Amino acid sequence: MTAATRQATANQAPDTPASPGWKRFLPESGRWAEWAAPTGLVALVIVFTALNPGFLGYGNVQAMLAASAILIILSVGQTFTVATGGIDLSVASTMTFSAIMFGVGFGAGWHIALCCLLAVASGLAFGALQGAIIGYGRITDFIVTLGGLSMASGLALVVSDGQPQTVVDRFMLRLSTGSIGPVGYMVLAALVIAVLAHVLLFHTRFGTHVLAAGGSAEAATATGIDVRRIKLAVYTLSGTLAGMAAILLVARIGAAEPAANTQFLLNAVAAVVLGGVALAGGRATIAGPVFGALLLTALTNGLTSLGVSQYYQPVAVGAVVVLAAFVSRYQK
Amino acid sequence: MTSELVTVRGLNLSFGNVRALRDVDMSLAEGEITAIVGDNGAGKSTLVRCLCGVHRADSGEIVFDGRTVSFSSPEEARHAGIETVHQNLALVEDLTVWQNLFLNRELTKGFGPLQVLDRKGMRRQAEEMVSALAVNVPAVGARVRRLSGGQRQAVAICRAAGFSSRLVIMDEPTAALGVQETERVETLIRSLREDGHAVLLISHNFDQVMRLADQVWVMRSGRCVAGRRTAETSAAEIVSLITGALAA
Ligand SMILES: Nc1ncnc2c1ncn2[C@@H]1O[C@H](COP(=O)(O)OP(=O)(O)OP(=O)(O)O)[C@@H](O)[C@H]1O
Ligand SMILES: [Mg+2]
Repeated sequence: MTAATRQATANQAPDTPASPGWKRFLPESGRWAEWAAPTGLVALVIVFTALNPGFLGYGNVQAMLAASAILIILSVGQTFTVATGGIDLSVASTMTFSAIMFGVGFGAGWHIALCCLLAVASGLAFGALQGAIIGYGRITDFIVTLGGLSMASGLALVVSDGQPQTVVDRFMLRLSTGSIGPVGYMVLAALVIAVLAHVLLFHTRFGTHVLAAGGSAEAATATGIDVRRIKLAVYTLSGTLAGMAAILLVARIGAAEPAANTQFLLNAVAAVVLGGVALAGGRATIAGPVFGALLLTALTNGLTSLGVSQYYQPVAVGAVVVLAAFVSRYQK
Repeated sequence: MTSELVTVRGLNLSFGNVRALRDVDMSLAEGEITAIVGDNGAGKSTLVRCLCGVHRADSGEIVFDGRTVSFSSPEEARHAGIETVHQNLALVEDLTVWQNLFLNRELTKGFGPLQVLDRKGMRRQAEEMVSALAVNVPAVGARVRRLSGGQRQAVAICRAAGFSSRLVIMDEPTAALGVQETERVETLIRSLREDGHAVLLISHNFDQVMRLADQVWVMRSGRCVAGRRTAETSAAEIVSLITGALAA
């Protein structure tokens, strides 16, 4: 460095004054979208508690947390695919397919650990297949996973012959009913997954590369990041998490059913959008979608407790999502 | 005479019917600023993309630091010590300055496969890189989206200059910049040369080329038609070489 350039540095005093410490805790402008979900959750809780004081009761909180576990796991997986600028429309069907594979293992008298492994492996394999087609086959995420949605739910029907497989097992029963305080094992599992996902996204090279690939595939490629591999990885991850969610689903229902589970797909995408993750890719948090999933569960639960017909609930979910998207856009 | 860092011999590359490069011969020396000039579509960016591993030539040879190389990816070229500031910048807007500086070069800590990012270390080193080159950015923690064009260019150059690169390639680094920003970037380019990096500069600004470069190559419709030492030529001669009014 020369004296001249050093002189230049001195002349170019930084034009932003040091911000006071507390300001660091406020979201930087343009990041308010990431706060939509927690804010909305608090608002919902206040409204529902006012209308129904039992809403925040121990039993109801426990029920809500338990009901949110599967959605949290699916939303975390979805976050990674959306962060790359893609979308996994097959998450719910992959979960159904994995659940059916669980049932196949169980029906054949396999040990429960092997059944769980089979479910996760099925989700992983299906996700990897889609990721490979998207990354290396260069076909749009939307199309591949739309096809995947159809294929996975079809395969679930084929393999199960349309019949549910009852799963009665001590481990599965404890998984669905056991808890530490109000926090059930299933939620605990979901939260552990969420924390690990947060570490993966923000504290590993892989996570940075996911955000870079989503932010600008061209720029990522120019620095030598293999975007195809990133695509393969995020869809594999999403499929694997769907496989894990399948275990919770089987535990919760007590059976492996070839049901469509469409609501889970809609809610998983909705939770990600509510969580302030940019659909264009490049920006994501894990906490946002987790709050989004909690919000959607609280919404469904609150409406049910007020005696609103189940038929209205998808309408409410849809309205909230569009509202959230509208609010975050308006704030930009 | 300084030693040659890069020698290009008989490079050809076609995109379908378009012959973007035809038998290109050129070279650049260690510790010098070498410029490539030529009209739009002359093949400058294409030549540079062959050097930095984006494209692979159909035929011909690239010798880098005494070895014949054939990079199959930008990653390989970066590994060999060739960093590039692309015409379209190649920064990720949603990431911060320090994340961009360390993109695909992230520092990690931990044991074996359990590696986590050393975010603090990267921030600190990013501060050092930025201040060593006298780059004027608001903060290394700021997202690139918030930076001006000149600041972005500075970040891109800063990244190219880091990581002990031997050759820094810049494709029209001042094309979109104002007078002051251009001056700052030129200062940056000179300081790269002072630090011992070879620089390959593409520019449409002849005054800039005359000011900065030691050697200039002229390209015309895919061919490298002439090479001159800047000390022995004039802007007028370069212009006539580009248009073809003067045969090489
Ligand atoms: N990826 C590509 N596919 C097809 N043709 C290409 C591609 N890249 C470049 N070309 C063509 O190759 C020729 C040389 O382009 P190049 O970008 O190297 O020009 P340039 O000298 O950098 O021009 P400019 O000064 O405008 O940047 C042009 O005719 C261009 O259309
Ligand atoms: Mg060009």
